[in-house]
Amino acid sequence: MSTVTTVLSPRLTGATTARVLRQLRHDHRTIAMMVLLPSLLLGLLYLLWKDVPSLPGQPSTFDRVGLTMLGIFPFVVMFLVTSIAMLRERTSGTLERLLTTPLSRLDLLLGYGAAFGLAAAAQAVVTVTVATTLYDLDIAGSVWLVVLIAVANAVLGVALGLLASAFARSEFQAVQFMPVIVLPQFFLCGLLVPREQMAGWLQAISDVLPLTYAVEALQEVGRSAAETGTMWTDVGIVAGAAVLALALAAATLRRRTS
Amino acid sequence: MTDAVTVTDLVVDRGHRRVIPGLSCAVPAGRVTGLLGPSGSGKTTLMRALVGVQQVRSGTVTVLGEPAGSPGLRSRVGYVTQAPSVYPDLTVRENARHFAALYGRGTRAADDALAAVGLTDAAGQLVADLSGGQRGRASLACALVGEPELLVLDEPTVGLDPVLRVELWERFHALAAAGTTLVVSSHVMDEAGRCDRLLLLREGRLLADSTPAQLRAESGTDDLEESFLRLVRAQQQEVAA
Repeated sequence: MSTVTTVLSPRLTGATTARVLRQLRHDHRTIAMMVLLPSLLLGLLYLLWKDVPSLPGQPSTFDRVGLTMLGIFPFVVMFLVTSIAMLRERTSGTLERLLTTPLSRLDLLLGYGAAFGLAAAAQAVVTVTVATTLYDLDIAGSVWLVVLIAVANAVLGVALGLLASAFARSEFQAVQFMPVIVLPQFFLCGLLVPREQMAGWLQAISDVLPLTYAVEALQEVGRSAAETGTMWTDVGIVAGAAVLALALAAATLRRRTS
Repeated sequence: MTDAVTVTDLVVDRGHRRVIPGLSCAVPAGRVTGLLGPSGSGKTTLMRALVGVQQVRSGTVTVLGEPAGSPGLRSRVGYVTQAPSVYPDLTVRENARHFAALYGRGTRAADDALAAVGLTDAAGQLVADLSGGQRGRASLACALVGEPELLVLDEPTVGLDPVLRVELWERFHALAAAGTTLVVSSHVMDEAGRCDRLLLLREGRLLADSTPAQLRAESGTDDLEESFLRLVRAQQQEVAA
């Protein structure tokens, strides 16, 4: 009985986005944490490496790590927020109810993606501004490209969070999907060890993990004033992975359950 | 009288347990049909099958002329789960307006639905700050807002004070008079007397398909609770014999 037409209605997707943002608006502490926490954590990294000399001709460690973190924060935060939000929909019965209304499953998932994507844009603008002014983060390219990549990463986090929540039966399971999905991507993305120096099989795994491309895109923006083709290809791959994960999440979201 | 819902040979398993072993029944259009039976008798499972969110093993459920759960039915059927399924971190009004938007209705419909359940004064409050009974009514408003042709309500009066309970039943009958079909479950037998038609369930089987008057006459008692008990005992004796 899963032959339900997943027609898309921009109106219903928009209604979902508005609803999720309204829920967020009532939760002041979450908004404050979402907007300020990445800047504070980045400040900690800045202080950590402030007095460590860097090799001549090389970007400073903070420039390299800080820039990458601008992409990783939204990915991790939105993954967690989404998987908890979706689990709440499931356990509170609102999901079952939504599935009896004209709202399609894709409307619901895209609505979530758009809402948290917008939240991520606000987060990224604040974090990038703080990083480039207070922490002297050196970015050769446009800061707007950094914001764009951060939003793409956030949407990827939302999509994977929605997908993961389909397999979580409890809150305990949901939060543990974070290390399962997020940490391997973080370890292998090329930040801890440059990808060229990884063992071949690890590099092969790294090749199929979307975060790798997000980090590469950020590094491109960091070192090149002009937009590079590699950067746009990477952004395309991240966006494609997000769309794929959303489609999988829609497919695993069952209207009829036992 | 036409039937809004027809259930034929419905079999439902939940986990390894067969909760509905083969049920056939009908729900008349424009009436309040009560789904009565003790906890665990399959009321909720049957209601979930009606709204198309229950996986069924076999059998057919036809709702308003279409298979239950068809996309075309989603704007014509309203479902209120037993536990209030509204967003606790939104206000009552925001909840009603969200569901109004999903059914393609405006803010006016949302305000009307809140007025219908007596929550106009609490419209600006967060659902999380409401009492249990108010939450249930907020949940009901979110189904009323779509003005569905079939309204499926799972224990809508649990935790309500007697005055509100009577008001809600009056509301249900007003809706039925206007043409809406209602299926209302309850495990409180004194609510059975308020229904036009009764479906008595026990262990996933239909014990009786009757009216309150008919049930009283057949069992020879005015007490519907007692009628139900007599039916159960009669059935047990049949099985034993």
